Amino acid sequence: MATQPPTSEPTTPKFTARLHSPQLPRWVPWALVAGAVAVGLALHLMVGWGWALTIVACWLGYVVVLVAVSGRVEGRRKAKDRLATSLVTTAFVLALLPLGSLLWQVVSNGLPAINSSFLNSSMRNVVGEGGGIFHALWGTLIVTSLAALMSIPIGLATGIYLVEYGNGRMARWITFLVDVMTGIPSIVAGLFAYALFVIFFGEGVRMGFGGAVALSVLMIPLVVRSTEEMLKLVPNELREASYALGVPKWRTIVKVVLPTAIAGIITGITIAIARVIGETAPLLIICGATDSVNFNPFDGRMMTLPVYIYSQYKNPGFPPEFGIERAWGAALVLTVIVMALNLVARLISYYFSPKTKA
Amino acid sequence: MTSHAVEGTHRPPRSVGDRVFPALVTAAGAVILVTLAGVALFLTYEGLPALTAKAADIPGADSFAAYVWPLLYGTLLASVLALLFAVPVSIGVALFISHFAPRRLASSLGYLVDLLAAVPSIIYGLWGIFFLAPRLVPLYDWLAGHLSWIPFFAGPASVTGRTILTAGFVLGVMVLPIMTSICREIFLQTPRLHEEAALALGATRWEMIRMTVFPYGRSGIVSGAMLALGRALGETIAVATILSVSNVVSLNLISSTNPGTIAANIALKFPEASGIEVNILIATGLVLFIVTFLVNFLARAIVGRRAEFSGAN
Repeated sequence: MATQPPTSEPTTPKFTARLHSPQLPRWVPWALVAGAVAVGLALHLMVGWGWALTIVACWLGYVVVLVAVSGRVEGRRKAKDRLATSLVTTAFVLALLPLGSLLWQVVSNGLPAINSSFLNSSMRNVVGEGGGIFHALWGTLIVTSLAALMSIPIGLATGIYLVEYGNGRMARWITFLVDVMTGIPSIVAGLFAYALFVIFFGEGVRMGFGGAVALSVLMIPLVVRSTEEMLKLVPNELREASYALGVPKWRTIVKVVLPTAIAGIITGITIAIARVIGETAPLLIICGATDSVNFNPFDGRMMTLPVYIYSQYKNPGFPPEFGIERAWGAALVLTVIVMALNLVARLISYYFSPKTKA
Repeated sequence: MTSHAVEGTHRPPRSVGDRVFPALVTAAGAVILVTLAGVALFLTYEGLPALTAKAADIPGADSFAAYVWPLLYGTLLASVLALLFAVPVSIGVALFISHFAPRRLASSLGYLVDLLAAVPSIIYGLWGIFFLAPRLVPLYDWLAGHLSWIPFFAGPASVTGRTILTAGFVLGVMVLPIMTSICREIFLQTPRLHEEAALALGATRWEMIRMTVFPYGRSGIVSGAMLALGRALGETIAVATILSVSNVVSLNLISSTNPGTIAANIALKFPEASGIEVNILIATGLVLFIVTFLVNFLARAIVGRRAEFSGAN
């Protein structure tokens, strides 16, 4: 090997043998970021460009310069890698921008509306200022609880059936149909509830229970899926150990399998509730909108939080500012409820799931 | 215990619970079969009168097909726009979480993106109409001024920003987390050995991703996109809030005359509808149901096919 050095690279003492390809120092990208920020500030403050334009321009400049420098020093392949890295990072930032601005909008617009009378009064006889979400809060609570009461037993039992008993044509059909149900547009669920109830109660039917039925159609597949996945995680050794002790299958499921998976199942149920509690479309169809408190889910229109937001936006009353402010206030309350449910779900799965490692 | 073992030949008596319990859970499964049959049945039953309705009874069209076509077009257009935004970004986000972000941060970043999915659609609607739409107006003005030779940007630009492009963008944000989480799962399943082999051959990280992660995850990306499409097709309230509808079929994305979508049209019209109009709206809902069903079915079929051959890896 050493006897025949490659002729293309003469090994004169001037050149040291290159064992690795040249690489940009680690500080270069950061220096470029700093440069881009400085240029951006200058453009914004001195030339007077708008924020959006400045940021887009500086970002483009940063990527182009970085890729050019890298291509010059490190070669095409490394430059492509740097381009890909910047694009992927950009995608991530792009995805988080809407979340950040949305939460900021909800909090900053909603906070001024929140006070005790907003939470404690309905919209009865309110035209301009005042009014609140009391009726909508109760409506959401009633409709969602009824939906949960129907979906949790059915979803849980179906999940158990699919994992523990189901093998055959019926199980395959149910798996398939649960997939179909997951894809049902929420408005179609509302139309279904209407089409069902219109047969019994006549045209123009509106009732809270119908909303609960519509939400159940959306919630059952979520519960089934999470139950199924959690039950599949329970190791077969546990079941076999229980059978070996002579425990019947149903007691094995109730006393061994379910307790092992319960944290995950409750997490799944909580997330399912958080999903359906924010549904507007089906409730708009079947629960309708009203300004008064209604505690009876079987009689007449029932307001819910999402529909409240929608109707305050659509018909803000006069002058419109107050309606819009109420819409944002209700949006803040709804967001807090949904985020709290998600947080609770995470905490449950974090603290109560069986630890796999010591 | 031993007596059973010795007698051996007869089976131990089945407990009552072992007969009742399976019956109960099977019944629950049957409820799902009945429910879905019910959805199809009741929608068809209530929607059928629309197909035979007299031309005079159908608002703004002389047949049901003519009524539903612009809405179907708008639904597809808004969803395709949503996918144009969501697909590249969600592949990027999924890659960032699975292969670029520091390992310890990855799962928390995943939660952050999942939070996007937790936000109720009505709040996306408020955000779109009050925050996003006014800020997109200058962009639409610029597009109408400089690129009006492209039919998509023919203008005149909307002054409120309540265009199908805005709606598509918001839909894109809404379906992003679904697609991201599917892509992320698939990307994370790329066999470690494939990745390390690529790196050992001297590939850069991007080359490694192109050689191992993308080929392995291609069907996952496609099915994720289809599931996202299914979600975008059925999304109602955000579109109903943002879009200013005039039921036209046009390619123009930035003007104030936009095609409506099926779901948004139902939400806008249903509260005040009566008589045959209710049946017409339910029939359009049935059309939406069938379209989303087909899209989801295709997506599941692709996932299912992948599950078959991935066993070999």
